[in-house]
Amino acid sequence: MTATASTARLGPWRAWLLAETPASRAQARLGQAYVAWLGFRRNPLAMIGLGVLIALVLIALLAPVLTSRSPVAQDLGLRLKPPSAQFWFGTDELGRDIYTRILYGSRITLVIVGLVVIMVAPVGLLIGTAAGYLGGWVDTVLMRVTDVFLAFPRLILALAFVSALGPGIENAVIAIAFTAWPPYARVARAETLTIRRSDFIAAIRLQGAGPLRIVLGHVAPLCTSSLIVRVGQDMAGIILTAAGLGFLGLGAQPPAPEWGAMIASGRRFLLDQWWVATMPGISILVVSLGFNLLGDGLRDVLDPKVG
Amino acid sequence: MARVLGSVALTFLGLLLVTFLIGRVVPIDPVLAAVGDRAPAEVYERVKHELGLHLPLWQQFWIYLKKVLAGDFGRSVLTSNPVLVDIRRFFPATLELATVATLIGVALGIPMGVIAAVSRGRLADQVIRVVSLLGYSVPTFWLGLMGLLLFYGRLGWVAGPGRIDVAFEDLVPTVTGVIMIDSALAGEWEVFGNALSHVILPASILGYLSLAYLARMTRSFMVAELGQEYVTTARIKGLSERRVVWRHALGNVMVPLITVIALAYANLLEGSVLTETVFAWPGLGQYITSSLLSADMNAVLGGTIVVGTIFIGLNLLSDLLYRLVDPRAR
Repeated sequence: MTATASTARLGPWRAWLLAETPASRAQARLGQAYVAWLGFRRNPLAMIGLGVLIALVLIALLAPVLTSRSPVAQDLGLRLKPPSAQFWFGTDELGRDIYTRILYGSRITLVIVGLVVIMVAPVGLLIGTAAGYLGGWVDTVLMRVTDVFLAFPRLILALAFVSALGPGIENAVIAIAFTAWPPYARVARAETLTIRRSDFIAAIRLQGAGPLRIVLGHVAPLCTSSLIVRVGQDMAGIILTAAGLGFLGLGAQPPAPEWGAMIASGRRFLLDQWWVATMPGISILVVSLGFNLLGDGLRDVLDPKVG
Repeated sequence: MARVLGSVALTFLGLLLVTFLIGRVVPIDPVLAAVGDRAPAEVYERVKHELGLHLPLWQQFWIYLKKVLAGDFGRSVLTSNPVLVDIRRFFPATLELATVATLIGVALGIPMGVIAAVSRGRLADQVIRVVSLLGYSVPTFWLGLMGLLLFYGRLGWVAGPGRIDVAFEDLVPTVTGVIMIDSALAGEWEVFGNALSHVILPASILGYLSLAYLARMTRSFMVAELGQEYVTTARIKGLSERRVVWRHALGNVMVPLITVIALAYANLLEGSVLTETVFAWPGLGQYITSSLLSADMNAVLGGTIVVGTIFIGLNLLSDLLYRLVDPRAR
């Protein structure tokens, strides 16, 4: 094979990662991740998606560097100014710089997506693996509950939740998370069902490992790549739901520069001052498009069954 | 069959349980809301008993269940009508919007999916992929605003927000509540035209949503179908490519597509919540959101139950249709 020649040329790290007989578990895992990355890198659209995600994180971190203005400072003398060299995206009805508000708004978007994923993925993983591994009545009950939630209209349920809990960014996150976990449980269960009968699980059981240890230590890690695929496909949807809640006045509250809420406030000036509603919408579109591209790319690499 | 119906009943019960619990976690004390802050303690207690709030939670749920099954969702604080009466009044508008949107989505989405599958990897496929990806990614409420800005504000091609011009309001007798059908029945084509001009923009925007979904699903079904051996046989037999693709392959793909269309329709009912708000469309979605902003919980939960029930019903319908059309699934 030419593989040895090319690995030798590209340095010891790559050779270590691509070793056919990894010496440790860490080496094997990193090697697998590297192979996945090599596949991912060949997909230009997925790379654009990754670029959007990285750009979003950088913008959120560096917002104070990228603008000298404050996202909440009002200047009524400068209200509703069209885009110009001074105000790239124009100003809103309180004379705030829309460019600055969009930069700072990326923080809210990231926090919402991050929190929802952190809450939802482990819960779905736990429920799904428990149902799949234990089987029997546990499986029946857990999957019934999952099906019930899966059959709900997500946005409307989230709306009902937020209206009960009261508007605000925390409650929006809780509401979205509450409606988002079932697909994760489904994915984790399906994956568990294919794993639980395999020989290595039987071997671990013969060594005396209990169900908790088997599920958490051996089954759950094998479900992660499916879950990552699911997260990738979900992120855009989370952003759109959050923006929708913000648009209805149920998400982040003013003066927070949440993109959906900014669109709602720009609605009143739509026909004359189009930029107020347009600019935050473009931001949402770009980010959610990026996340969708990233999600498709992840699916193609990690889930060879589809695609 | 019994299994399917059992799971539907269970799902419905779950829906009611969740709405019941949501109604209980509201930070507003329903007793205080009814009697006011200054009511003496004995009045407070009496009202609490009248509302059944002293009972254990499961008994309250039982009462709630019986009420909902009898169609009693309580009164809306905002309109002071029974919630069911309100919903009956608002629902036809949503039905009209979602149906026109689905028609648009099906008429464009399925052919696009077929074309994408046939020209896999080529330009047409890429273009269609981008179009449907944009449909997945765009916030519908924003797209609605942009549509209003362009087609109503700048170009003047369509009518603005609302369902019909004020001048045409109440001109035709209400039969179905769907203005386009009612006006057609009455032969009032001017009213029909105005209603169409109002519905076309919001319906196109919602339709774009289902177009994106349908094109994507059609493409993946068709790609799998075109690899089947009977397709090769049909080609060898000398059938024209058009006939092979549009008649033979698409004909078989229509079976799973029917379920997809039903699901897309259910999604539109949900998607209409935001679109209706943008277009001041007097439908169920707007009813829910406006009740929500005034903390009118009876109306919100009633609307949630109705939409949820339709959602479950459409899921069931698509399941049954699938069994009916595809003998292998029986």
